[in-house]
Amino acid sequence: MKLRSLTAAGLAAALLAVAGCGGDPDSGSGAASGPIDLRMTIWSANAKHLALFDQIAADYKKDHPEIGKITFEPIPFDSYSTTLTTQIGGGNVPDLAWIFESNAPDFVSSGALEPIDKDADLLPSTTTNWEKDGKLYAYPFSTSPLGVFVNTDLVKAAGRPSPAQQIAAGTWTWEEAAKTAAAVQAKGKGGLVVGDFDYKGWDTLNAIWAGWGARPWSEDGKSCQFDQPAMVDAMTFVHKLIFTDKGMPGPGVTKDFFAGESSMILTQISRAALLEKAKFKWDLVPLPKGPQGEYSVVGQAGIGVFKRGKHADAAKQFLAYFSNAENSAKLAQFFPPPRKSQLNTATLAKANPLLKPAQLDSVVVKGIENGTIKPSHTGYAEVQQTVRAALDPLWKPDADVKAVLSGVCSKINPLLAK
Amino acid sequence: MTLLLEKPVRSAAPDQRPPYWTMRRRDTLAGWLMVAPQLAGIVAFVLVPLGLVVWYSVHEWNVLGGTFEFVGGDNYAALADDQRLGPVLKATGLFSVGLVVLNLSLALFLAVLLNQKLRGTVVFRTLFFSPVVVTLVAWTIVWGFLLQDNGGVNAFLDLFGIDGPNWLRSGGTAMISVIVVQLFKNVGLNMVLFLAALQGVPAELYEAAKIDGASAWARFRRVTVPLISPTILLTMILTIVGSLQVFAQIAVLTQGGPGTSTTVLVYYLYQQAFQFHHFGYGATLSLLLFVIVLVLTVVQWRMRRRWVFHEA
Repeated sequence: MKLRSLTAAGLAAALLAVAGCGGDPDSGSGAASGPIDLRMTIWSANAKHLALFDQIAADYKKDHPEIGKITFEPIPFDSYSTTLTTQIGGGNVPDLAWIFESNAPDFVSSGALEPIDKDADLLPSTTTNWEKDGKLYAYPFSTSPLGVFVNTDLVKAAGRPSPAQQIAAGTWTWEEAAKTAAAVQAKGKGGLVVGDFDYKGWDTLNAIWAGWGARPWSEDGKSCQFDQPAMVDAMTFVHKLIFTDKGMPGPGVTKDFFAGESSMILTQISRAALLEKAKFKWDLVPLPKGPQGEYSVVGQAGIGVFKRGKHADAAKQFLAYFSNAENSAKLAQFFPPPRKSQLNTATLAKANPLLKPAQLDSVVVKGIENGTIKPSHTGYAEVQQTVRAALDPLWKPDADVKAVLSGVCSKINPLLAK
Repeated sequence: MTLLLEKPVRSAAPDQRPPYWTMRRRDTLAGWLMVAPQLAGIVAFVLVPLGLVVWYSVHEWNVLGGTFEFVGGDNYAALADDQRLGPVLKATGLFSVGLVVLNLSLALFLAVLLNQKLRGTVVFRTLFFSPVVVTLVAWTIVWGFLLQDNGGVNAFLDLFGIDGPNWLRSGGTAMISVIVVQLFKNVGLNMVLFLAALQGVPAELYEAAKIDGASAWARFRRVTVPLISPTILLTMILTIVGSLQVFAQIAVLTQGGPGTSTTVLVYYLYQQAFQFHHFGYGATLSLLLFVIVLVLTVVQWRMRRRWVFHEA
C-alpha cells in the first residue's frame, strides 16, 4: 500500500510539474507564474558597457514590477553567431540578442524575430538591413562608421606629415596613407593594421575596397564581383601594401595598435575606449580618399526579439525602453545612435569625451550620413568561410591577384545563386 | 453451552510455493542495481545521442526558423555529391597517418630511453608527461603564439641563421604544425603505457638472448616488440581514434586553413552543423566519421592475430 501511495503521489507531482512547465508566464497567469526574467546575448564584455546596460535595466524595473532579472550575457565576439545559433537550436533561446549586420538577412528572412515598432526618428539608411515587407525586425542600436586611429607619435618619428595635416592639405589618400604606414614599419613598428582582419576576416577589408568602388557581390546578391576590375585594383593595392611597400603587418604577425605597436588602425570608433590610458598621442581621422573620392563604411549591430523566446512581448517592451531617445543618448557614448535627432556633434560630444567635436563631425556624423553598410548575405557564414579559404592564396608575396580573385568567384557563385 | 465461532486458523503447514526472492533473484537484482548508473549513463549519453544523430541525418533543421523537415536520404545524396569531401578526407588521412606514425615512434623511443637505469629519468618522465595534463586549448593557444611568423619558433631558428617559414599560413607547413602540436600534447601518455609494458618484459629473456649472441637491435626486434605488442595495438587504436576526432587544435590554430589544407572531418562537420546551420548534413557527416572509426578499429582488432603476441 505504501508503495502504491508513493507512486500515485509521485505521478501527481510529475503531472502538476509538467502542467506548470507548460504555462506561459506572459499569458496572463500574472503573479501565479512569478516575475519575468529576460536575457539578452551581447558580444561585449566591456565593464563600462555592462554597467550602462545594467543601469538602464534597473531603471526599467522600477516601473515594471512584473520584471524579475534582466541579464546581459556576453558571448565571445569570435564565436558569437555560432554560440547564439547553438543556444537557439538547443532550445535555450534568449529573449533578445545583438545581431551582426552580416547575419541580418539570415535572421530577418528566417522569421526568427518579432517585428518591432519603427520610430520615425530612425535614419532610413540604418534600418534597411533589418526590414522586410515594410516591417522592422531589429533595432539598429549601433551604427558605427569605420575611421582611422593614428598614433601621431610614431608618424612624427617616421618623418611623415600627420594625417590631420594631410587632410588639411587635401592629400589624405590611400597612396599617402600607404607611404606613412611603410615609413613607420621601416622603423620597426607596425604600419597600418586592419582591425579584426588577421587575414581571416576578409570582410573588414570592405573599408578599403569601397574606396575603389568595389563590392564583393552584386546588389541583388546573386553574382560574385571579386573578379571585377575595381576589386582587382583594390586588392592589388592591399597586396602591394603588405608585401611590396611593407606598410601592413604580414600574415601571422601581430601588432597591437592600442599598445602602441603600430601607427594606424582602421576600425570602428567604439574602440576609442581602449585609448583611455594610451601612453601616446593619438588622433581619429576619416578613411583616406580612394580612387573614387571620399567615402565611408559603416558597421552595424541590431537588437532583435526572438519569437521563440519565453517572453517575447515583455522583451519587445523592454527593447522599446532600452532604445528610446533618452537611453539612446546614453548609449551614444559607446554606440553611435541611429536617430536623426541625436546624430549631431553636440550629442555625441557629451557622450564621447575622448573624441574632439571635429573628429565626431568628420568621422561619425558624415560617416553615418554618407556611409555604405558592410556586406551581408543570406547564408553568410558559409559564404564568409568559402571566401576566406579561396582568398588564402592571396596572402603570399608572389600571388597572382587576378587569378586568386577569379578563383574566389568560382567558389562562391554556386552559393550566391542559391 | 455457547458454541463459539472462531476465525478459521490458518494451516500451520509450510507454504508449497517457493519464495519469490531466491538467492539467484537477489543476486540478479543486485547486479542490475550495480550496473544501473553506468547503464543509465550509456543510454542517456551514448545510445540516445547516437539515435538522435541518425534521426537528424534524415531531416533538415532550420534552427533560426524553427522548422524540422523530413528529407529522407537527401543528406546522404549530398554526401556523395560533396566536392569538398575529397580534400577533407585527404587532410584527415594525412593528419591521422602523420600523427600515428610520429606519436607511436617517438613514444616508444622515449619509453626505451627512460627504461634505462640512469639518474634523472623521473624528471624526464615528468617533463614528457606533463603536457598530457595541461588544458588542450591553453596548450594550443601558446603554440599558436610560438608558431607565428614573428613567434618563438622562428626567433629560435633565427639564432642559427635560419629564416623560418610562416608555419600556420603555408599549406605545406600548417598540417605539419598541427600534427606536431598534437604530438607533443599526447606523446607522454603513450610513452607511459609503453614504459609500463617495457617494465613487464622479463629480464631473463634478454639475458638468454644475450647468451645466444643477439645484438641490441635483435633483442629489441625479437624480444621487446613481440612482448609489448598488445600495448602497441592498444596505443595504435587509441591514437587513431583520437586523431580522427581532433578539433580544438584545428579550430584554434588554423580554422581549417590555409585554403582547406587542415580542414579535417570533425572540423568540417562542425562547420556544416554549427557555422552554416546545416544540422542534418552535419549529422550525416558525423555518421560517416562513426563508420570510418568503426571500420578501422575492427580491421585492427582482426589483424591482431597476425602480429600481436599473447603469452600462453
